[in-house]
Amino acid sequence: MTALLEVKEITKKFSGVTALSNVNLRLEGGKVTALIGENGAGKSTLLKIMSGIYTDFEGQILFKGQEIKFSKPKDAQEMGIGIIHQELNLIPYLTVAQNIFLGRELVNAFGFLDREKMINKTKALLSRLKLEVEPTALVGTLKVGQQQIVEIAKALLTESEVVFMDEPTSAIGESEVEVLFEIINKLKAEGKAIVYISHKLDELFALADDFVVLRDGKVVGQGGVSEISRAQLINMMAGREVKVVKKPTKNCTEEKVLEVKNLGLLNPENPQRPLLKDISFDLCKGEVLGVYGLMGAGRTELCESLFGLNHRKLTGSILLNGQKTGFKSPIEAIDAGMALVPEDRKKDGIVAGMSVSKNLSLTVIEKVSKFGFLSDVLHTKLYDKHVASLKIKVHNEDQAIKNLSGGNQQKVILGKWIERNPTVLMLDEPTRGIDINAKNEIYELIARLSASGISILVISSEIPEILAISDRILVMSEGEITAEFSSEEATETNIMNACIPENMNQ
Amino acid sequence: MISLKKNFNIAQFQSLIALFVLCLALALLTDNFMTTDNFWNVMRQISVNVCISVGMTLVVLTAGIDLSVGSILAFCGAVTAGLLKNGLSIPSLNLFIGFTVLGAIVAGFLIGGGLGFVNGYAVTKFKVPPFVATLAMLTMARGFTMLWTKGHPITGLGDSFGFLGTGWFLGIPMPVWISGLVVITAVILTSKTRFGRYIYAIGGNENASRLSGIPINKVKIWVYSIAGLLAAVGGVLVTARLDSAQPNAGISYELDAIAAVVIGGTSLSGGRGTIWGTVLGAIIIGVLNNGLILMNVSPFWQQVIKGMVILLAVIIDKSNQKSE
Repeated sequence: MTALLEVKEITKKFSGVTALSNVNLRLEGGKVTALIGENGAGKSTLLKIMSGIYTDFEGQILFKGQEIKFSKPKDAQEMGIGIIHQELNLIPYLTVAQNIFLGRELVNAFGFLDREKMINKTKALLSRLKLEVEPTALVGTLKVGQQQIVEIAKALLTESEVVFMDEPTSAIGESEVEVLFEIINKLKAEGKAIVYISHKLDELFALADDFVVLRDGKVVGQGGVSEISRAQLINMMAGREVKVVKKPTKNCTEEKVLEVKNLGLLNPENPQRPLLKDISFDLCKGEVLGVYGLMGAGRTELCESLFGLNHRKLTGSILLNGQKTGFKSPIEAIDAGMALVPEDRKKDGIVAGMSVSKNLSLTVIEKVSKFGFLSDVLHTKLYDKHVASLKIKVHNEDQAIKNLSGGNQQKVILGKWIERNPTVLMLDEPTRGIDINAKNEIYELIARLSASGISILVISSEIPEILAISDRILVMSEGEITAEFSSEEATETNIMNACIPENMNQ
Repeated sequence: MISLKKNFNIAQFQSLIALFVLCLALALLTDNFMTTDNFWNVMRQISVNVCISVGMTLVVLTAGIDLSVGSILAFCGAVTAGLLKNGLSIPSLNLFIGFTVLGAIVAGFLIGGGLGFVNGYAVTKFKVPPFVATLAMLTMARGFTMLWTKGHPITGLGDSFGFLGTGWFLGIPMPVWISGLVVITAVILTSKTRFGRYIYAIGGNENASRLSGIPINKVKIWVYSIAGLLAAVGGVLVTARLDSAQPNAGISYELDAIAAVVIGGTSLSGGRGTIWGTVLGAIIIGVLNNGLILMNVSPFWQQVIKGMVILLAVIIDKSNQKSE
């Protein structure tokens, strides 16, 4: 049987960093293939190649045995490849029907929009997906779960023969998941090939026929789901036979540096579901506290709240070194000894066009000034110091930070905070999208900093990472802390169990 | 000396070559271009635009825009002229205040800075988009000018004030001294101080800057205030040169300033550009204006040509960025 879609020897590099190397994939009609891997394994890169977003790569894509080439996303769509992206690509100010037909609007004989026909087609699609909303409703007024279904409807409109779904359940509730699974099984029966990307192994076992595991851009395992155990899959993803080096638990006998009491954060869009609810925990001197949670669990909101953002919507109290704080801005938080390495490096971390040494000095500009004027000599001194101690790979201090690899950019951001010698260092997904060597260097750095007395709060959505670096682990779900483990107690399974929202309701 | 290496980039090198070619062509095509008189003439003419453009550069570097500078220029020029000539009388309090030249100028500067402050306050505290906030100020300041002047020019301001616009000092016209001082100060400010670094950081990535503890609002308010102040400086120069404050002075000056900024290689999305670039841009526009007049090109064509130069400059700048 010829495969519906075949991917041969695909390699993709980003300015020297290999994101995918020699990936082969065979998708057959009527089958669900699970594509799994940790963050940064290359899943999204593969997806972007399949959807025609990345067009320069090595290797071939065969569709029904014919080699195909995309020059833009629309080519992939027209070829019959539908992609449901993890992040919603909908326009809130347009209606459901307008969103579904975006870019492929139906017109009548005069060239005008055929509103009625589009609305009818949308109705048919929505009822097929059991979504009870009007085609004329504005997408912005729908719940996130409903928006996700609209996104799926968009992919189904073109009658795609191959459908890629990137974590489609990350934002939707249990009942919607059931509907989604029904839809997937229906599509499967119609002979379509489905690629299902998810972290949630339970879903994969319930749904998939085949699996493909990606790690560091390579396919490290594939086969039939019935022939593999959960543990084997986890090992393939992590690339080690439960080789997690656990740190000995440090007892919190020393002084409490940060005390968070009943912290709450209102959700302006939905007052019934606060973004943070009744969060209480302590952080000791020199401790590494890991916070695990799925997307939307409130992890980032927690960091931001501790850093003086959102202060108007906060309830509860935060004590730093025994003193009650009420930071109204990051400036006040920083002055008090807080530091934050944000999750989205490009958006919140680096000033892309600025040089490495200017990025390094952003938080400590008074240290590179003399008599009120900036000093080139002091810039160079600061730069030399951190390039050496953090092993930053960079040509010279005037190189723009955007031309560095992700790992080196992250080291620069870490450097600018280390230079301030903070009391509490918050790291939000510190190793997202960076290569394995830089990851290990950052883990070592975290250990070194905590040994020097800095208290560290690390957020991560990679369980092995959390297990490897934390003294203690908090698990968050839907804005609440659902479990706390010492590093001895913590295992992949009990962390996973604590972070799934459904579990709490039972 | 300010390091030329760091303050110079490809775009400015290209602008410099363009300027050189332009001057060469004009020298060959006209008899009067390469004369000392004409040189100082051009320099004096551009000095107003240079002052405004420097302020505009600071604003644009923060990824903002200031459309109000032309109107602020007119209002401040009129305030200075009015105070100088008539003083300030408040009949209800039976109060009259006379103004010296210096006092009148300082009052004009304060008003300029104050209106700039209002721009900055609206942009930061009320999150009004800069385009809208300064558009509103453009209209309001023009209205204030009309109210203050009652629609008539204020003329006859005396020689010592006129000296600022028409006088010479050490062989160099006064407006050139003043705009030169503005430029040097701004170059030092942008390249050598924390404030300057913050301007670039905010324009480069406002989120990252906020999370690094940079006082975004404070810096922006200062930037708009400085832009207003420099518009007032331009207003004094214009008024002094003409010995008259015209109620419709400065109309569309903001566009000339934006043109100078853009030709000088400053990115309208912020974070990238230099004062020197803007100065070059202003000189190119000034020389082009002058040359087209010397060549007897019709004013209508002059506008077409200027527009094309702006477009060309940005296209070249974009292709530079791509090849980087």
